[in-house]
Amino acid sequence: MAIKSYVMVCGGTGCESSKADEIYRNLHKEAELQGVSEDVQIVKTGCFGFCEQGPIVKVLPSDHFYVQVVPEDAKEIIAEDILKGRAVSRLLYKEGNLTEVKRTDGEDIKFYQKQLRIVLRNCGLINPENVNEYIARDGYQALEKALFDMSGDDIIEELKKSGLRGRGGAGFPTWMKWNFSKQVETDVKYVACNADEGDPGAYMDRSVLEGDPHSVIEAMTIAGKCVGANLGIIYIRAEYPLAINRLETAMEQARDLGLLGKDILGSGYDFDIELRLGAGAFVCGEETALLQSVEGNRGMPTPKPPFPAVEGLWAKPTVINNVETYANIPVIINKGGDWFAQFGTEKSKGTKVFALTGKVQNSGLVEVPMGSTLRDIVFDIGGGIRNGKKFKAVQTGGPSGGVITEEYLDLPLDFDSLLSIGSMMGSGGMIVMDEDDCIVDVARFYMDFCVEESCGKCSPCRIGTRKLLDYLEKITKGQGTMEDLEHMERIGTHMHKAALCMLGGSAANPILSTLKAFREEYIEHIQEGKCRAGKCKALVHYEIVADKCIGCTVCARKCPVNCITGEKKKPHIIDQDACIKCGQCYEGCKFNAIVIK
Amino acid sequence: MAKMTLEELRKLRAGEKQALSNREIEGKEVQVIIGMGTCGIAAGAKETMDGFVNTINANGLKNVTIRQTGCMGLCYAEPTVEVKMAGMADTIYGNVDAEVAKKIVEHHIMNKRLVNKHIFDKPAADITQ
Ligand SMILES: Cc1cc2nc3c(=O)[nH]c(=O)nc-3n(C[C@H](O)[C@H](O)[C@H](O)COP(=O)(O)O)c2cc1C
Repeated sequence: MAIKSYVMVCGGTGCESSKADEIYRNLHKEAELQGVSEDVQIVKTGCFGFCEQGPIVKVLPSDHFYVQVVPEDAKEIIAEDILKGRAVSRLLYKEGNLTEVKRTDGEDIKFYQKQLRIVLRNCGLINPENVNEYIARDGYQALEKALFDMSGDDIIEELKKSGLRGRGGAGFPTWMKWNFSKQVETDVKYVACNADEGDPGAYMDRSVLEGDPHSVIEAMTIAGKCVGANLGIIYIRAEYPLAINRLETAMEQARDLGLLGKDILGSGYDFDIELRLGAGAFVCGEETALLQSVEGNRGMPTPKPPFPAVEGLWAKPTVINNVETYANIPVIINKGGDWFAQFGTEKSKGTKVFALTGKVQNSGLVEVPMGSTLRDIVFDIGGGIRNGKKFKAVQTGGPSGGVITEEYLDLPLDFDSLLSIGSMMGSGGMIVMDEDDCIVDVARFYMDFCVEESCGKCSPCRIGTRKLLDYLEKITKGQGTMEDLEHMERIGTHMHKAALCMLGGSAANPILSTLKAFREEYIEHIQEGKCRAGKCKALVHYEIVADKCIGCTVCARKCPVNCITGEKKKPHIIDQDACIKCGQCYEGCKFNAIVIK
Repeated sequence: MAKMTLEELRKLRAGEKQALSNREIEGKEVQVIIGMGTCGIAAGAKETMDGFVNTINANGLKNVTIRQTGCMGLCYAEPTVEVKMAGMADTIYGNVDAEVAKKIVEHHIMNKRLVNKHIFDKPAADITQ
């Protein structure tokens, strides 16, 4: 019997946590029960990126795209789709708002239409635990070329043509880094992969490692061959157990097949990879701190130069690249640098994966050509803002980035354009905010993160972040002064110049960029004691509108401190002195009788 | 599995490619749509499908997708198959068993020749709508 259909179940962390594993097992069970286990292959694959609607199940080749599947649906999927070839229409993805029911097949979904998948090319298509499937998708073909047909210089030339820049944050041209390492004449060199992914809100690296681990293994081996290294190290955070597990499986399979280890494919070249688990400190994502941590020292940055490419691990040349950067490499070697360079903008080639989260309809991983606009990403792919609210801004680059406002919705996004408007690409986290988000509170959130994560080695960062947080807290409590704004700007600018690494160097970015784009909101907090979004607790109070209150007593029962009183069927009253502003009464009131002032 | 040489890797890739390419939809110019309603299955559409899959794999064709569909209303002629490809009118074949499936692949898809004996008309427009 030949296999006729494929059921692809998402095995990313997001979907796994909503029972994808049980769905997978039920599908197997049902296929067995309904006598089609020979006809259908059920595959657990990497993240589809459409996490908002997970768990996702896709049936091929009919291309039916099922969303929010529960384990109990397995029976119907097998009975209808596999046995009869009919879609289970109630599970098909419905686009647009929920009243207008337009059903779609996988290829038609807007979420995917504007995307171009290079990095995520195999995610959702292959079984990451089966090396043969990776090989079938031209896997290890780039390695063949690198081992047998290309010299190190040829590889660097191809990378140069491609224009690939590092996806870990700074956007440094990859070919230059490799070239620095290659030029050093010494006995031992290393290749490292930065899989620390510390930016809150970003998870593309995790998805690549979970969905397509061989792409990173292949790329690191190519890097090793190019620069003359025989050992690779993947520094991955311990909080990513599934990715670690998939990597270990993949490395073992590659070793068994002779794609990793001694004398790869009979070429005489040796290369192996080891994993190092990180403890989840943000600063350990910074390359010099990462290398310290690998060496067994406390993860703190060291001054640059010397750059790791010249003097890295144990003072030997070390090429360190980000996961997403590596995932691009096999494609570039296979299809050529010119092919890759046709996508993107003049100075930023290829694609970028963004992790779209926050107040957007379809959160998930999106891969778009460099130069796509925020409007493409948030409105076309992301489906716009949730609950019909108004777009306010997008934070890119996490705690090192800044906000992008409405006026830049149509700006083509790339490394340089983001810098020019005071934000940065960072690792590609994109947090969408709406009118209910307070900009001062957002800045305070990121600064709180930086204070926690500052390693303390240099004083500009250790003291600077603390001072900035103090000012922000003052402002959110309504005790700020106009001078505080200037102090913050001054401190932030100095930190940028004086801090040892870019954790401190860019920590003030969220403040500086919001001060520029939303200064009036800071001023409102200071001069009027008002928080328009109602987020800063000290500045708001809740009131009951007597005309609207019917005395249903719901609020009084919800109140955890019993500060709401009133007779049944008569308007109630909040005791402002006792109120802790938790907002439960506000959320519980069915008559809109409670207002934030 | 033992360590591979370059040749072995290439051979493995070529073999796996065919298996995996059945999953893809992009770049496929030929569509074979098999009626797999209750009537189709009862009339042996599963064997028909096997016939298509096997012949397509045996000939190493990469541009063909096989899809299933429900009943198209020609129950008397089941199993029915619709073939859509560039350069040929959309064609409906009836009474397609594994043997005929093989013929359709070799004649219609590979050589652009109709398999005359099994051609059926599309049912009336109001049924297909
Ligand atoms: C505070 C801080 C945190 C960082 N975290 C990460 C990270 O989690 N992952 C990453 O790939 N790069 C991170 N970087 C960037 C790395 O220092 C380095 O630029 C990157 O690994 C280089 O790889 P690339 O050229 O492929 O981008 C961080 C940088 C700083 C300053």
